[in-house]
Amino acid sequence: MRFNLRVKNRVAVIGAGLTLFRRRLLETPQEMVWIAASRALEQAGLDFRDIDCVISGSAPDAFDGVHLKGEYYSEGAGVVGKPHIRVYVGGGTGVFVPVAAWWYVASGLCRRALVVAEEKMSSAAEPHPQAVFRHIWDPLVEKPLNPNLIWIFALEMHRYMHKCRVSKEDIALVSVKNKRNALDHPSAQAAADITVDDVLNSPMLVYPVNRLDISPVSDGAAALVMVSEEWARRYTDNPIWVAGIGFTLDTTSWTNRELSFPVYVRNAAEMAYRMAGIDNPVKSIDVVEPYDPFDYKELHHLEGLGLAPRCGAAKLTREGVTARDGDLPTCPSGGLLGVGNPIAAAGLMKVAEIFWQLRGEAGARQVKNDPVTGLAQAWGDLMQAGTVIILRR
Amino acid sequence: MGMFRLRGGTSLSDREFREIVKESSEPRARYSMTAGQAYSRFFEGLKNGVILGTVCDSCGMVFIPPKIYCPYCFRSVSRWVESSGEGKVFTAVASYISADVKPLDKPEIVAVIKLDVPGYRFDNYRFPGIMHRICNASDEDVKTQRIFDARVRARWLPKEKRTGSINDIECFEVVWG
Repeated sequence: MRFNLRVKNRVAVIGAGLTLFRRRLLETPQEMVWIAASRALEQAGLDFRDIDCVISGSAPDAFDGVHLKGEYYSEGAGVVGKPHIRVYVGGGTGVFVPVAAWWYVASGLCRRALVVAEEKMSSAAEPHPQAVFRHIWDPLVEKPLNPNLIWIFALEMHRYMHKCRVSKEDIALVSVKNKRNALDHPSAQAAADITVDDVLNSPMLVYPVNRLDISPVSDGAAALVMVSEEWARRYTDNPIWVAGIGFTLDTTSWTNRELSFPVYVRNAAEMAYRMAGIDNPVKSIDVVEPYDPFDYKELHHLEGLGLAPRCGAAKLTREGVTARDGDLPTCPSGGLLGVGNPIAAAGLMKVAEIFWQLRGEAGARQVKNDPVTGLAQAWGDLMQAGTVIILRR
Repeated sequence: MGMFRLRGGTSLSDREFREIVKESSEPRARYSMTAGQAYSRFFEGLKNGVILGTVCDSCGMVFIPPKIYCPYCFRSVSRWVESSGEGKVFTAVASYISADVKPLDKPEIVAVIKLDVPGYRFDNYRFPGIMHRICNASDEDVKTQRIFDARVRARWLPKEKRTGSINDIECFEVVWG
């Protein structure tokens, strides 16, 4: 794919903020957005009045139960009188929001943008927030089979296991690693020191998926401040630059393709690598936050990103390469498995983690390889959407 | 931060949540969906015990369920084709829970089936495939991966019970060899 790389402004991230991620928060969607945005602005040294555009993202309205969710929560981001846009690609949304913010700042339309993502899944209380996902299937040929959401992940996971000769033990190592990493994350909901056996002995839902292979249901919000180079230089000595963005889509016909490899992630990654001038991602990417709503997805996505050979991510995990002190620290935040999964906010949390890691501000979570370039990625919808952002200091 | 203590938000236990919930509502929205040009004929085919697809002559892909266009070549499809109603298990799982996360007495076996279309060959990159139940396999067949690549055949509801739905196929039966 060709695209025009001549842009008006370089774009920098200069602040990030999160709420707690919890199964149930007292705060409303507006209040969660206000808290995350206030924290991001505080780190950047800006005020709501300094912001000229708000870019936001959130998953289906049906979770919060308010069917103009973007217009509803955005007042918490100080939106009055300003341009606001909400973007959506399912689980890929959280990484898509800073991608969209990049368009606005790079083009010169906005100079100081507030980037927010929010999810209030606890509102969809009965019978379970997962019930909302019954309405993502093809309404005519899939929904009449009365599917459970986990079916699609189990089908993909088992195809991956079969094709790549990967065991459930190998996959469980991802859950163990990420939940342990999350012990150092102040927002974490599902941090734990567990073993592979704990994962394998947790309730079997849809073979091969056990309870502890899956991230939790969460409430939470995340925010970034993204500005043009001119403003970045005024506010900070260590801006983190957006080096590349990528986002692509496949069809919703997920049963018509090889599920063991995410082509949509590969396509998005190639777009971002080209823009960032990266021809050897294994060499260039120092820290990565691939999307991990299920543990096998981290392996799947590392391969899609070209950071592991095809079918080779399990070996890297076994050998400790993806540990926080390994050569390719992967999900040092703790990921969705450990920090939690308020859908859009979880993706943006990953971008925030890369920002903090590149600034050397990740505290106990700081990776040891003095990272210069980092990547965050999310996946969305019926195994079809890939979103990627590359940051560089 | 002023009169409200914001911290990172206020975590609630399940009990606290139930005690403070202010509003509870159950939206009642009934959707009535049309099936479009391609699916309407597909469902008519199911009623007659035939699985229909459409083919794109440009790339050779067969779409089951059918589309009126080829999403890969950006052009109209060329003609209708019929699957033999047989195929191979591409991936399979054993579900121990229902759609609303209730435990099931007996696991339900679900698969993606790569369908045969006489006169056409497909690699594993793209192929005509559908999700459906498998009726004569156990969770052991899934766990041992014995079920992968197994030949399956559509088991149809009796003709008088068919309504023009994906459930006119009761399930796919494994032809254990």
